[in-house]
Amino acid sequence: MSRSAVEGGVALRRHHAAVFSALGDETRLALVAALAAGAPRSIAQLTGGSRITRQAITKHLRVLESVGVVRSARRGRHSLFELDPAPLTEMQEYLGRVAEQWDQVLGRLKSLVES
Amino acid sequence: MKDRIEKRLELKAPPARVWRALTDHREFGTWFRVKLDGPFVPGQPAEGQITHPGYEHVRWKAVVQKMEPERLFSFTWHPYAIDPAVDYSAETPTLVEFRLEPIADGTLLVLTESGFDRVPAGRRAEAFRMNDGGWSAQMQNITDHVTQRG
Repeated sequence: MSRSAVEGGVALRRHHAAVFSALGDETRLALVAALAAGAPRSIAQLTGGSRITRQAITKHLRVLESVGVVRSARRGRHSLFELDPAPLTEMQEYLGRVAEQWDQVLGRLKSLVES
Repeated sequence: MKDRIEKRLELKAPPARVWRALTDHREFGTWFRVKLDGPFVPGQPAEGQITHPGYEHVRWKAVVQKMEPERLFSFTWHPYAIDPAVDYSAETPTLVEFRLEPIADGTLLVLTESGFDRVPAGRRAEAFRMNDGGWSAQMQNITDHVTQRG
């Protein structure tokens, strides 16, 4: 592991925990899935077909917005929400780095017990 | 995408040998690169000095969870906790588990590290099971979406 990768990891870790946590909810994960289809959607569109109230959906969208997974823009009288996949990609890279470290550590364990 | 890491490793050594390498604090130190202050005790904190080149100034801290001989060794810790100026104790730690299974010519070692999201396990499992395709399908959707944009 390189020093910079590790130091970068410290700052990123906290953010990642927040992103993971934001996604650890069924409704929010469903919203991410709906937005992953591509087009920006209004709250009305995102509420359609679900039993959850507009108010609840708005609250969930704000949580996703707070960790940077979703961003909104006003279009006339409505807010349109769209997905920003960057934090998700970053998270995957973070887990990749932790996994890489384990490969090195386990490689040393293997050498020890097989020698 | 998952919020946990899993590694499976076939070792050409009997479970007893692997168990010793995992749980004898001196042996653990040689491959994990940490000089531990004392032996591992379930439920007790374990501390030592990292010996990985460039990180010798860093303290290593974990709390031993389970020690089921030749089957399971686990501890909680803070991965990447390498900044001496930061107090990591307020953060929820991740859980590291080493599971051993005897196989024909040695031991199957399964390592998992979980808890990156601080969400109770039950709720997380539920959320990640969402939809038939699950989370990996969602990740594929997202990837497709990014690709289309690019």
